[in-house]
Amino acid sequence: MTVGMIGRKVGMMRVYDGAGRVRGVTVIEVGPNRVTQLRTSDRDGYEAVQVGFRGNRKRVSRPERGHLREAGVDEPLTELREVSSDGSDFTLGQEILVDQFTPGEYVDVTATSKGRGFAGGVRRWGFAGGPKTHGQSDKWRGPGSVGAGTYPGKTWKGQKMAGHMGARRKTVLNLLVVQTDPSRNLLLVGGSVPGPRGGLVNVTPARRAPLEGYEPPEPFAPAEGSATLDESVPADAADAAEDDTEVAAGEAASGDAVATEASAESDDAADAADRAADAADEPEAAEPESDDADTAEDEQSE
Amino acid sequence: MSVDLRELAPARNEGIPDFGAGDTVRVHVRVVEGERERIQVFEGVVIRVRNGGSPNFTVRRISSGVGVERTFPTNGARVDHVEVTRRGRVRRSRLYYLRGRTGRAARVKEARRT
Repeated sequence: MTVGMIGRKVGMMRVYDGAGRVRGVTVIEVGPNRVTQLRTSDRDGYEAVQVGFRGNRKRVSRPERGHLREAGVDEPLTELREVSSDGSDFTLGQEILVDQFTPGEYVDVTATSKGRGFAGGVRRWGFAGGPKTHGQSDKWRGPGSVGAGTYPGKTWKGQKMAGHMGARRKTVLNLLVVQTDPSRNLLLVGGSVPGPRGGLVNVTPARRAPLEGYEPPEPFAPAEGSATLDESVPADAADAAEDDTEVAAGEAASGDAVATEASAESDDAADAADRAADAADEPEAAEPESDDADTAEDEQSE
Repeated sequence: MSVDLRELAPARNEGIPDFGAGDTVRVHVRVVEGERERIQVFEGVVIRVRNGGSPNFTVRRISSGVGVERTFPTNGARVDHVEVTRRGRVRRSRLYYLRGRTGRAARVKEARRT
C-alpha cells in the first residue's frame, strides 16, 4: 500500500520527454524513510504509521534516540511525521523508498511556504495600489478604503489588510509524478511545490481525483535518470515547430510602416518564413521566386 | 542538500558542436507534421548563447524580408544537429544590435582563424 513520505525539495528544472517536449518539474529527494512507530486503534485510538527521515538537523536528542532504538533504527532520523495508513502492511523499522510512487500517478505535496514577513496589501492580496502619477504624492501601495461611513461605522472583520504572509502549511493537490529515480531517491513531480529549496515536504498519494474530464499529459518517455537522453523521437509526439519561433517585429529596414505591418501580420509572416525555410530545404527552389516570398512582399508593401 | 540539480540536467545534444555568438549555423530541426517527421534547416547568425539550467541559443535570419529569430534548446532532441558554416568575429556575446540593421549593415565579420 502506498503511504505518504517525507522528503526534501531539491529545486526545479526542466526535463525533456522522448519527443523533445519540455516539462517543468520539481525535484524532491524522498526518503529513504523508516517506519519508526505504528499507531494502533487499541493504544492510540487510530491507525497510522510514523515515518522518519534524515532532516536538516544533525543531532538527535536522547529521548529521540531511545524512540528510534525501540524501532530498531540506527540512523539519526530527526524528522518524524505521521502518515495515515491502516498500518497493517508495515513493520517497525521498515524502509520506505521512492519506488512506491510510479510515474503517471498523482501525488499531493504539503510543505511550509516561503515566509514573506509582514507584507502589504499589494503583495498579500493583490491590491492594485494607487496611481503613480497625476499629482499623486504618497499612496502608491496603500490599501485604499477599508469600509463605508456612518453605517456600519466600523471596519468589517476579515477586511483584507497588510499582515504576516507565507510560512504557512500549504498543500498542492494532484501533481503528476513525471519520473522517479530510485538510485538517487528522487521524485520528479510536474509543477511547483511550496517552500524553499532544501525545505522538507510531505508527499502523499493524491487524496482527490483529478478534475472531471481532465486529460493527463502523455506519459513521459525516458525511464531511467533524466541525464540519459532518449534518442528516438516518436513521430506523432512533437509539438508544432512554431513554438520557438519569435518573429521580431519591426525588423525590416524600411522602418515604422513596415514594422507595424510586420507585427500585425506576424503570424502570417511566421508561416511565410517557415515556408521559405522549407523552400530552402530543396536547393533547387530559388527563394525569391517562390509564391510565399511574393506574398510576404505584398504584405509589406501595403 | 545532497543532490546537485546540475547532475540531473538533461545532457547536451551530441549533434550540437561548440559555437558562439556571431557564428553562422545551419540548424537541422526535427519537424513533425501529422504522422510524418522531417528535418527542416534554419540557417542564420547566432545572436545569443545561453547556458545554465535550460541552455539554448538564438539564431536570427532574414526570411522574405522579415527578421525571424528562433531559439533552440541545446539539450534535448528537438534539434537533430547543427553545422557551423562560418565563424564570426564579434566583440560582445549578445548581438541584439543586429535587430536594428539589415543588408550590408547587418553583416558579421569572419574570424581570421578558429
